[in-house]
Amino acid sequence: MTQVQLWTYIVVGITFALYIWIGYANRVRDTKGFYVAGQGVPPIANGAATAADWMSAASFISMAGLISTMGYDGAIYLLGWTGGYVLLALLLAPYLRKFGKYTVPDFVGDRYYSQAARLIAAIATIIISLTYVAGQMRGVGIVFSRFVGLPIELGVVLGMAIVAFFALLGGMKGITWTQVAQYAVLIVAYLIPAIAIGMLLTGNPIPQLSFTFSDIIPRLNAVQIDLGFTEYTQPFQSKTQIDVLAVTIALMVGTAGLPHVITRFYTVPSVRAARYSAGWALLFIALLYTTAPAIAAFARYNLIDTLQDATIANVTPGDKQDIVELQYSDGRPVTWATSWQKTGLLAFYDKNGDGKIELRPGAAFVGKNFKEPNPDTANEVYFDNDIIVLANPEIAQLAPIIIALVAAGGLAAALSTASGLLLAMSSAASHDVYYRIMRPNATERQRMIAGRSMILVAILMAGYFGINPPGFVGQVVAMAFGLAAASNFPAILLGIFDKRANSAGAISGMLVGLIFTLTMILLMKSNAIFGTPAPIVKDFFGISAEGIGTIGMLLNFAVAFIVSRVTAPPPQEIQDLVESVRVPRGAQVVEGAH
Amino acid sequence: MAKSTNPPKSGGKGGKGGGKSKQPWSQEKANAYWRRNLTIIGILLAIWFVVSYLFAILFANILYGVPFGQIPASFWFAQQGAIIVFVLLIFVYCWIMDRVDKEFDVNE
Repeated sequence: MTQVQLWTYIVVGITFALYIWIGYANRVRDTKGFYVAGQGVPPIANGAATAADWMSAASFISMAGLISTMGYDGAIYLLGWTGGYVLLALLLAPYLRKFGKYTVPDFVGDRYYSQAARLIAAIATIIISLTYVAGQMRGVGIVFSRFVGLPIELGVVLGMAIVAFFALLGGMKGITWTQVAQYAVLIVAYLIPAIAIGMLLTGNPIPQLSFTFSDIIPRLNAVQIDLGFTEYTQPFQSKTQIDVLAVTIALMVGTAGLPHVITRFYTVPSVRAARYSAGWALLFIALLYTTAPAIAAFARYNLIDTLQDATIANVTPGDKQDIVELQYSDGRPVTWATSWQKTGLLAFYDKNGDGKIELRPGAAFVGKNFKEPNPDTANEVYFDNDIIVLANPEIAQLAPIIIALVAAGGLAAALSTASGLLLAMSSAASHDVYYRIMRPNATERQRMIAGRSMILVAILMAGYFGINPPGFVGQVVAMAFGLAAASNFPAILLGIFDKRANSAGAISGMLVGLIFTLTMILLMKSNAIFGTPAPIVKDFFGISAEGIGTIGMLLNFAVAFIVSRVTAPPPQEIQDLVESVRVPRGAQVVEGAH
Repeated sequence: MAKSTNPPKSGGKGGKGGGKSKQPWSQEKANAYWRRNLTIIGILLAIWFVVSYLFAILFANILYGVPFGQIPASFWFAQQGAIIVFVLLIFVYCWIMDRVDKEFDVNE
């Protein structure tokens, strides 16, 4: 066992023990504790829990790498996955907290006085969370296999066991406090290597500052031009402007409509706390999201710079790829390049035989066959996006314990997101469908049994998809955001801001939004989902599947608004309900009520 | 605190929050409070739109020639600035609403 592996076992072991202890210390007995943590979570803690809930394995491991490849256009993720919190804080969270029940379908069902609306919202919640959670469980397995050397399947089962423990015992309360701990682990694990590599390249310890004020980006731009790329900072090189716009809107609005995020704002003690906890959540998220673009640029510069300087010392033929050992001009070996080639995430091929490895535009290999160089390009490097974050600690030559910490951070990010999604999914089934629709007379005890068994079912389903991932999982993550943007968000927003919105309007709006978005995504991704040779529909007036939720949302708004105005207004008690959610304190709604 | 949220169907039993109210709550006051809230939301969302959609996307090419620090201003807004402004906007909203809630005597 290497020193890194030993440290990984120790650090991951300690963090897992911590999560289990927190889960045990926060076990609950009643449904209010189980679904909304007894509404006793302080705003800062809820902010940290929301941040951990929100930032998945993809944010932690893949996002910086994606930005590194996309350059300017990486803004779709940076803006799209943060801007939604402004919408949440100003337009949704305070009013939903005042309403004060447990779930998104609770609000939609009560506000639109309709079991049909409740059912549509519950089904949307389950579809959104299920598409999202499948990838998370897979993420847990991948992190385990990459860092600890366990088989992916065993990693998934271990992750399921941990989540099952604190989610079954503690419900929302256990999940919340575990997520607070997971946020601490993941942010420390993200920042330490970022600070170290920033110091190495620019001498400035604060990545956000050196990103903006050091000469690293001008140097990167210059070297990109030399190699035949466009400037790193040049906008709209990987996506068109209209598509960047649509994707950013869909991700922002989708964020504000994701059930597992919205539910978090039911757990705080007051309306004021709901506002502040949205602020804390975004501050905690922004710590990672402003660091990621710095890592992206630093790592890209470092990769190019290392390759320009290094020469080939030795080539060892392998089954899947030849391992090319590089050395710096002073003869020191480039150890991280060698070790990451062995994982298949990095591959070199000296096509022109000049004893150097050159990064150029285009694909270096034919497909992912690293034995077959692509003769049409001069590029000699393949690298997986994930390597940008994963290889950082080694590039910066940090101690093995830091590398172990990055493993623990990746696991924390995946587990915290998975647990939030599992709770959102199971509460839609056990609270909204079982209790509110099927068995309104269920006792507290029956509801707890339903809640716990639904979580167990959800964990088993997520685990199944983690071990047997449907081929299109990566393709349909866009679906979760698109559907949330096109279904929940307009229904909730109109429910608060438009007193005239009625059940006919909300139901027809949600159905149109859902059906349009679902159909368009299936048609645009038909090659991945149904195996058609090419997508049936290429794009919608230049908008890709990632951005189509924006159109679905606009349709939902338009239909709901018009239908509400040509049908009967909502009953008086619903209009009173709207008045009451608009005011923070008590139930001081009706005139003369004192 | 946690249990103080009354059922929203407040028909005739709405109280005035433990008798702390200086004036009786009225429909006019409710409307005035809501209008104030909408104005604040409108101003803050306008800033939200300008720093992200305008500066980072719609004016991306125009602001590309304007430097901020060592990088183009549009690139800074797209990858740093807008996010920082988002955080500030939420806390500013919290701070303003704390004062408005007190003024209208609806603070919790």
